[in-house]
Amino acid sequence: MNLPAIWAIYKFEMARFFRSILQSFVSPVISTSLYFVVFGAAIGSRIDQVEGVSYGAFIVPGLIMLSVMTQAISNASFGIYFPKFIGTIYELLSAPVNFLEIVLGFVGAAATKALFIGVVILGTAAFFVDLQIMHPVAMVIFLLLTCMSFSLLGFIIGIWARNFEQLQLVPLLVVTPLVFLGGSFYSISMLPPAWQTVAYFNPVVYLVSGFRWSFFGLADVPIAVSLLAIAGFTAICLAAVWWIFKTGWRIRT
Amino acid sequence: MPTVEIRDVRKRYDGGFEALKGVSLDIEEGEILALLGPNGAGKTTLISAICGITRITDGSIRVGGHDVVTEFRAARSLVGLVPQEMNLEPFQTVIAGVRFSRGLFGKRPDEALIERILRRLSLWDKRNAKVMELSGGMKRRVLIAKALAHEPRVLFLDEPTAGVDVELRRDMWDTVAELKRDGVTIILTTHYIEEAEAIADRVGVINKGEILLVEDKASLMTRMGQKELTIELTDPVDSVPPALSDYDLRLSEDGGSLTYRYDTGADRTGIGRLMGLLAEAGCQVRDVHTAQNSLEDIFVGLVARQEEETAA
Ligand SMILES: Nc1ncnc2c1ncn2[C@@H]1O[C@H](COP(=O)(O)OP(=O)(O)OP(=O)(O)O)[C@@H](O)[C@H]1O
Ligand SMILES: [Mg+2]
Repeated sequence: MNLPAIWAIYKFEMARFFRSILQSFVSPVISTSLYFVVFGAAIGSRIDQVEGVSYGAFIVPGLIMLSVMTQAISNASFGIYFPKFIGTIYELLSAPVNFLEIVLGFVGAAATKALFIGVVILGTAAFFVDLQIMHPVAMVIFLLLTCMSFSLLGFIIGIWARNFEQLQLVPLLVVTPLVFLGGSFYSISMLPPAWQTVAYFNPVVYLVSGFRWSFFGLADVPIAVSLLAIAGFTAICLAAVWWIFKTGWRIRT
Repeated sequence: MPTVEIRDVRKRYDGGFEALKGVSLDIEEGEILALLGPNGAGKTTLISAICGITRITDGSIRVGGHDVVTEFRAARSLVGLVPQEMNLEPFQTVIAGVRFSRGLFGKRPDEALIERILRRLSLWDKRNAKVMELSGGMKRRVLIAKALAHEPRVLFLDEPTAGVDVELRRDMWDTVAELKRDGVTIILTTHYIEEAEAIADRVGVINKGEILLVEDKASLMTRMGQKELTIELTDPVDSVPPALSDYDLRLSEDGGSLTYRYDTGADRTGIGRLMGLLAEAGCQVRDVHTAQNSLEDIFVGLVARQEEETAA
């Protein structure tokens, strides 16, 4: 294992993050506050409670998941796309590193950034609503797994993308709808039966459900199924990255 | 064992274009090999194939005895690359970029070494500057510093002196000479024949994906040191006059001129005696002229011959 290489890539990626640390901190604080004003106050005053939890608190796990997933994807996809775009990828390709080391560096950094944002949102949310976390260990595990698996997905998107439009297309066209339709702001049981069936094909449902369970002990799907789904998703992404580096797809001419 | 062993390497790009058509080449430890060739000859493709940036379609490449595909870690650890394009991260500082390169190659931090490299390349004062604030020549030196940061045993320089001023070019040549003294094997590509003459031990000529010649610079220089003296006679002769038999003369088909090949480096060229003997043999000289071979002639001749062959 080339540990100095993993560390070098990780540090390099984190340097980009620290250059704009204030922005990275302020924007989730503002957007979270806005969500609480709009959803919590305006809608929450009509919904009141969902399955025994105040609506304001109910949306917190979904809110964190939404940001963590989009941040993980955009950080990781940009992180690998940019060297491709400006040509500095030659150095990665000619270095004595294997795919796992490159992935650990890039995905590790993207996941760290996403985790940071998730924690900031959690902290901000605690100002607005009374939060208790029933299963803190499970919460941390779900958060970490989500950061990592969506960073992996972002990494793949960054390699796949041939231009900046494509880089933004997948998060916009695929991920955002999946997240919004994934029960971030409501319980799947609130949907009509036909849509409930559709929802079970959405991988995000399992993540949000598991994550919400760690807060309130409420879940749309059994917790084991949630864990299995996220493990399966991570495995598929890892296999895809392994194949990419084996064949050189879109990175080696 | 050669440091770099290239065997029958072919490279066909995705579009179907064959950029390398069976290249074989051995690069010996500690030598400086200059690879000359016109635009599009395949120089960068060959280097990219050795460094792992391009996948080869056929053949094999070994560096330090390690196959660059199956034993890429061992092979690549030995290799440093200074690319032709100025591929640098614009927001990174010079020193951060150099440290990054060292880490990427699995080496422990070594600030003293990095300082030596940056000083040697006159970048020490700029170590905290962002790359985008540097001039083109400085950026090129940053690329070199990054490649040296992981102490490569084999260094590829892809047109290191393209677009740099005369002074910097001399500096670059000095740096290359120093690296050679440290035992680094160096392969550089260039369009400048003087550059190959100035620093290379061997010269390779590549065109259209084929190696046309690889030769010691010394023997190339001897070839280049040869001059041809052509003597035009007023009256054509049937054969070389017997009095001149100890000279290796060539008679033209029409019998109107004699050609004499001699070495400019020799103590005596024998031209004075030759002219005397000619006069004694009763041959009247109408005109004389000389021609010299240069690396440029050899290069142009080789490329032209290949063009003819492919046309035929
Ligand atoms: N990624 C690519 N896809 C398709 N063709 C390519 C690619 N890269 C290079 N080529 C082609 O391969 C040939 C060799 O290119 P290469 O860059 O190796 O030449 P070179 O000898 O380095 O030239 P120069 O002196 O201009 O740098 C050229 O005809 C080029 O158009
Ligand atoms: Mg080139």
